[in-house]
Amino acid sequence: MPQQETPSVELRNVAVQFGSYTAVGSMDLVVKDSEFVAVVGPTGCGKSTILNVVTGLKSAAAGEVLVFGKPLTGLNGESGYMLQQEALLPWKTAEDNVALGLVFTGHGREEARERARRWLAKVGLAGFEKRFMHQLSGGQRKRVAMAQTLIMEPRIVLMDEPFSALDVHTRRLMQRILLDLWQADRRSLIFITHDLEEAIVLADRVVVMSAGPASRMVGEVPIPLPRPRDVSALATTDAYMDLYRQIWSLLGAEVEKSYAVQ
Amino acid sequence: MLSSNDAATAPLEGIAAAAAPARRAMGYRTRVAVTQAVILGGFLLGWEAASRLGWIDRFFFPAPSAILGRVAGWATEDGSLWADLGVTLLETVLSFALGITGGTALGIWLGISRFASDVLQPFIKVMNAIPRVLLAPIYTIWFGLGLGSKVALGFTIVIFVAFFNTFQGVREVNPVVLANARLLKASRFALLRHVYLPSATSWILSSLRVSVGMAVLGAVVSEYLGSSAGLGHRIAQAEGVMDAVGVFAGIVVLSVFVVVLDALVDRLERRLLVWRPAPSMDAH
Ligand SMILES: Nc1ncnc2c1ncn2[C@@H]1O[C@H](COP(=O)(O)OP(=O)(O)O)[C@@H](O)[C@H]1O
Ligand SMILES: [Mg+2]
Repeated sequence: MPQQETPSVELRNVAVQFGSYTAVGSMDLVVKDSEFVAVVGPTGCGKSTILNVVTGLKSAAAGEVLVFGKPLTGLNGESGYMLQQEALLPWKTAEDNVALGLVFTGHGREEARERARRWLAKVGLAGFEKRFMHQLSGGQRKRVAMAQTLIMEPRIVLMDEPFSALDVHTRRLMQRILLDLWQADRRSLIFITHDLEEAIVLADRVVVMSAGPASRMVGEVPIPLPRPRDVSALATTDAYMDLYRQIWSLLGAEVEKSYAVQ
Repeated sequence: MLSSNDAATAPLEGIAAAAAPARRAMGYRTRVAVTQAVILGGFLLGWEAASRLGWIDRFFFPAPSAILGRVAGWATEDGSLWADLGVTLLETVLSFALGITGGTALGIWLGISRFASDVLQPFIKVMNAIPRVLLAPIYTIWFGLGLGSKVALGFTIVIFVAFFNTFQGVREVNPVVLANARLLKASRFALLRHVYLPSATSWILSSLRVSVGMAVLGAVVSEYLGSSAGLGHRIAQAEGVMDAVGVFAGIVVLSVFVVVLDALVDRLERRLLVWRPAPSMDAH
């Protein structure tokens, strides 16, 4: 390579402790600028923990966390993080939830609402601006959360199993929306999922983590499938099947290990 | 029961079936209201009859008609009721407003600051253990027979209710929601305004609920123990001359007073909690 670009996120030998429990042993991860990286791994291996480290909610016990080449201190100002659990404010409407980050960073209320409405339209929720959270379905709430994260236009987007609780059709729809948005405006994206198919269909590269405790990266598989991709047609192609087998050969053993530990 | 069965077995008739529970709910509500009216009417009539027929001693249990007559008399003939009501209302509102403000502020502060809460908890516990009503004589000595001692007692009662509820509310804020707001770059003040306060609203409102009654209690007990005006004073006077009708009449006025205040809080609650899911249809 002629010119080495600074990666947007780089983890070097990162370890994470919860008290005396070592959740992550030694994790390495490099995310290039505007690259879509999916992270898969057995449940409880430390995927959410890794994102918490990247965003600065949890500090690493050892190793280095670099954001655009600089060591991370405090909360990561470059990242937007869509948490695994529901984190919307039930006392605010959809548009006010989406506008939240803009309001917090000093934008006027009306301007923030106006932009929030545009984002709601982008995720297919035009007409739902005034709904409270209990008036939306699970999939619609996920879309609000996605808009809430993306409206801030973070240079690094972190998403933690954003679609895993959804039914197959809603998940397909959400994947399509996400891909369209990312295609139009490429950002670095770390996408956690336990769904191999989802990882292959969306990402440029799939990173496989080992079972915990003291998990690490066991391998990575580049996904050379051409873009733009058609999420529903891909899963039947030979190239896809081949990638699936390749990743499963890494992941399958780890999943079995994670059961053996339990 | 029949209609819910129908809805389950014939989902295609969902629209027709959906109308049925609404109609049934209305009928149900009417049934509740009628039953309540019958109970109240029966009780009052029985009381009235028992009193007139001499089954119970009229001196101790005056007939409802006599009590209501007295209330009407106070309200119209000499009009003295309104002055007393005004005094009690002022005391109630003042102790309520001060107590809620103080209690809520304290609750938020201790809810957010772990250090402050760890330091102050034992003191608050001890102070809370003092039966508040017993402070009335002290307050009378300190603040005299007027407004001051009444408001002081009401305030002392209300502030604890408001404090404990707000504290609880702030403590129960969902940590995930909080983390998310911090990730969206919320300042401390923004967290307070957009997360802590709204999250604690239902707790604060339930403290308003209880506090209304408490504020009235503080004012009336204090008046009762020593004052020259107010509903408590009126009841104390009636009691002084063994006028059971007067005591009962005072209690009736007081109850109506509290019910009206409670209805106001109810309206406030509904306005502030629009975001909450409506209680489910078949919750009766
Ligand atoms: N706050 C915590 N305290 C103690 N252990 C934790 C905590 N959070 C996560 N863990 C442990 O760390 C490991 C990784 O958790 P997590 O990152 O949530 O896994 P996942 O890969 O499913 O997202 C798990 O074994 C979990 O039990
Ligand atoms: Mg997780």
